[in-house]
Amino acid sequence: MDIAVIDAGGANFGSVCYALERLGASPRIVRDADGLAGAPRVLLPGVGAAGPAMALLRERGFAEVLPALPVPLLGICLGMQLLFESSEEGGVDCLGLLSGRVRKLVGGPGLRVPHMGWNTLEQVAASPLLDGIDSKARAYFVHGYAAPVTGDCIAACRHGERFAAVVARGRVAGAQFHPERSSATGARLLANFLQWNPT
Amino acid sequence: MLSRRIIPCLDVRDGRVVKGVRFRDHIDMGDIVELALRYRDAGADELVFYDITASPEGRSVARDWVERVARLIDIPFCVAGGIRSVEDARAVLRAGADKISVNTPALERPALIAELADAFGVQCVVVGIDSVREDDGQWRVRSHTGSPDAMRAPGRLTLDWIVEAQKIGAGEIVLNCMGSDGVRAGYDIEQLRAARAVCHVPLVASGGAGAMPHFAAAFIEADVDAALAASVFHSGAIAIPELKQFLRGQGIEVRL
Repeated sequence: MDIAVIDAGGANFGSVCYALERLGASPRIVRDADGLAGAPRVLLPGVGAAGPAMALLRERGFAEVLPALPVPLLGICLGMQLLFESSEEGGVDCLGLLSGRVRKLVGGPGLRVPHMGWNTLEQVAASPLLDGIDSKARAYFVHGYAAPVTGDCIAACRHGERFAAVVARGRVAGAQFHPERSSATGARLLANFLQWNPT
Repeated sequence: MLSRRIIPCLDVRDGRVVKGVRFRDHIDMGDIVELALRYRDAGADELVFYDITASPEGRSVARDWVERVARLIDIPFCVAGGIRSVEDARAVLRAGADKISVNTPALERPALIAELADAFGVQCVVVGIDSVREDDGQWRVRSHTGSPDAMRAPGRLTLDWIVEAQKIGAGEIVLNCMGSDGVRAGYDIEQLRAARAVCHVPLVASGGAGAMPHFAAAFIEADVDAALAASVFHSGAIAIPELKQFLRGQGIEVRL
């Protein structure tokens, strides 16, 4: 199974590629939008800050191509946040594939930011992307900003406030947690995405 | 609910996992990848690899073993030792590490923390702190702790350093209490509590784990987010699945 993995300047695309290889897929790292041609599905990983990542996506032509992409797209962590309209991080406009604004997590007594560690998923809507993932399954999160729970949210998570952990709308999906580092739960989400045929 | 993390720490020297007592007398514990996989299977929440020879010898971490681990491991791991620049960190992260931890180089040049946070986001940047209680009752940091001959006392107060490191971009603090390290008499709860009071990012307890109640004490009394240990796991004295069952029995949220 061929899959294009976008190098958006984030550092984690290596570990995402290894996770895909463990599932028998053949990831191909893509550095400009032309490289997406013919890819049956696309993955947008991301570690870093929204501003520099969006600047890079624009510079390399992805910002124009991704909204019209005809194949399934999965954003991971920052990559998922970039699917939304805008982010409070650096006050940047994002890809606008999903409605809503990404906001900074608010810390407090006993609530450390960044939100770092294994937290429970709460299934919100049925989706083939969540097949085989138990309600209350734990996944590994590392982030300081989070997307709101909207109609596109299929699994939520709570760290003080509730936020979107997995989203899906049309052919676009996203995971706030790191499937490549979430053991069996993460492997299952990636495997489900590799089989996903959104209509 | 966010679970408390159990983190086996693997000290790496020349591509092998080693363990010393109070940073001395290193004993060979086995192959890195073999141990990493064993801990993943046992339910470790995360792994930390410290290249203990990198900093004293003034060289960066070997990337080949980072990549070997990253290809096989599906839990997060952090790499520490000799990361002195954004370029060093980028190489380790690109090889597949999830986080990088800086200690001596950050003490020598605190701006490194800010540079790493700008380049990769604070969530990637762990600041490791080796700390000792001195005769005047104050906790102060130590640098170059990978080898006893190279160790130095820069004079900085541990709690001040925790505050400053967060201000400039630390996303997590690992506090290694050297006075209790390797002697298995329990974590330094007093020092960890003092650190917790000034630490608003995740705090990892390190140094002193010897029995399961020591972990519970760190979580309950010092409210740390994660507990790191090495020898009790390497020797088999504590098995992670039993440890987690024990902690759950104490009302502590863990991933089983």
